[in-house]
Amino acid sequence: MADPALISLRGITKVYGEDPTAFQALKGIDLDIEKGDFVAVMGPSGSGKSTMMNILGCLDVPSAGAFLFRGVHVENLDRDQRALLRRKYFGFVFQGFNLLARTSALENVELPLLYRGDAKAARRDAAMAALGKVGLADWHHHTPGELSGGQQQRVAIARAIVTNPEVLLADEPTGNLDTERSIEIMELLADLNRTSGVTILMVTHEPEMARFARTIVHFRDGLIDRVETGGAAVAAG
Amino acid sequence: MFGTILLLALRSIRRHVLRSFLTILGIVIGVGAVVTMVTLGKATTAAVQQQIAALGTNILQIRPGQGFGRGGGGPRPKDFDPADITAIEQQIAGVLAVAPQAQSTATAIYEGANWSTTINGTTSAYFQVQPWPLASGRLFTPAEEEAGKSVCIIGSTVERNLFRSAPALGRRFRIGEVSCDVIGTLTSRGQAGFGGDQDDVVIMPIKAVQRRFTGSTDIRMILVGVDEAYSTEQVQSALTNLLRERRRIGGSKEDDFNIFDTKQISETLTGTTTLLTRIVAAVAAISLVVGGIGIMNIMLVSVTERTREIGIRLAIGAVAREVLMQFLVESVVLSCLGGIIGLLLAQVAIAIATPLMQVPWTFDLQINLVAFLISGLIGIVFGYFPARRAASLNPIDALRHE
Repeated sequence: MADPALISLRGITKVYGEDPTAFQALKGIDLDIEKGDFVAVMGPSGSGKSTMMNILGCLDVPSAGAFLFRGVHVENLDRDQRALLRRKYFGFVFQGFNLLARTSALENVELPLLYRGDAKAARRDAAMAALGKVGLADWHHHTPGELSGGQQQRVAIARAIVTNPEVLLADEPTGNLDTERSIEIMELLADLNRTSGVTILMVTHEPEMARFARTIVHFRDGLIDRVETGGAAVAAG
Repeated sequence: MFGTILLLALRSIRRHVLRSFLTILGIVIGVGAVVTMVTLGKATTAAVQQQIAALGTNILQIRPGQGFGRGGGGPRPKDFDPADITAIEQQIAGVLAVAPQAQSTATAIYEGANWSTTINGTTSAYFQVQPWPLASGRLFTPAEEEAGKSVCIIGSTVERNLFRSAPALGRRFRIGEVSCDVIGTLTSRGQAGFGGDQDDVVIMPIKAVQRRFTGSTDIRMILVGVDEAYSTEQVQSALTNLLRERRRIGGSKEDDFNIFDTKQISETLTGTTTLLTRIVAAVAAISLVVGGIGIMNIMLVSVTERTREIGIRLAIGAVAREVLMQFLVESVVLSCLGGIIGLLLAQVAIAIATPLMQVPWTFDLQINLVAFLISGLIGIVFGYFPARRAASLNPIDALRHE
């Protein structure tokens, strides 16, 4: 163990609500994620995987336990500090795409750069490059309404990678897509993971999509049930 | 950083053109109304002051009777006589000129045209008391005044209606039963705020009017020009004493004549128009506040409607302050935009209204600036609450919002 893990979780718990009706979504999670890994998080509804992703994405804080990201105790950061952490190190892809409506693909992709305060030319170049990586360079002036679901998710991925993040969090990225489009998106994510070394954490219901990951973490009742490693299902597939 | 937030706000406004327009409608109307009302009010005040200034300042007007609204029963107070004029000229200090006036009406006829007008009998002193330049010709000579010759100086309305485009100077026309030579024409004074068209007049020597029209030596009104070195109040009280004595009014009895100071009239009218301006401006200002509440309403709806968008921004790494600033800047940009449109509409309204109201067109920089700044202020005040609500959203809940 020369290098400490990129993400390290120790005894993470999350409780929603007050005592009589309190619900414990996470009951003590220990997990290390190495830089460059491609992790799929699976489990039935209510198993705590979404709560887990929110904490990993620094959108939420655990009730107890330690969350170290690059050696920083995220559980001790305030709201704005976590926002700045997300801005710098994280990219998000959602099931519902979550693009800004009536806004061109280019403007959607450059949005994170705006918050970083990048100059106009740099923003445009980086956004065009990101759109190129997802194969939509020619569609930059189209608004989400003019794009198919698969294309919208590609724009969302471009928005997530435009800042060259350390970690890409994908919450059921293929949940709203048909099988063919889903596989295209998964191939794109796997390719990004291989070529740029971005660490990907993905929640999915579908074993078929989880195959693309190197590590699969199974959740059950707020605990990690089992971890499959070295799957390298991509190579097998 | 601010440039970025401004850009975000502008993009968001561009995405919602119709909603943005509806948001600012209240401000447009409010700013437009305030600026229009205040500008027209000021123009009216200025016009009234201008007309009174044209009447001349430091003028006292003496008429028989007890002034407006009084003097109900009893015999009509008698007019003044020529001896009163002489007495005033000789006995009151600080009097520059005294102009008697006798009035009548008659129809003037010249070739095919006839025009019913007012005849004003007076002396050259009339033109010393008040500034009213001649457009052409000359004033009465002392000999003409003494003899009561039928010569006349005509106002521009009479000139226009009687002589059309032909030059009036030197022509002879008939007025009532009298033939009269035009020796002078007057410049236009325009509409008086009170008392109608001042240019609809034929001025003749008072003796001519008394002999040919009124049939007596009675004088209906006296205009007294006061030397600027003396106060009008001082001269007014000296005149009152003199006239009470001459008209034999005993110790406790009220005056049977009244003396108007044009300065007082000016102050009264200016005060009235200023008060009216303030009242209508206050009503318009209420519409501006209503416009501000409109902005707040639509911004609140907008925050709810854009909850998911706010969630995306927060997830991407916007800090709360940036979201707050974006919504605040959006609201300020919108309300300032509304302010600008309101100002432009006000200029149009003023351009249309001033000729109808017969007041001079004016552009009041101060009220325009103030109205614009207030529209910006409204954006801040009424935009803050919705912006704070947007900034305080939890990103997870916001992203889940349908």
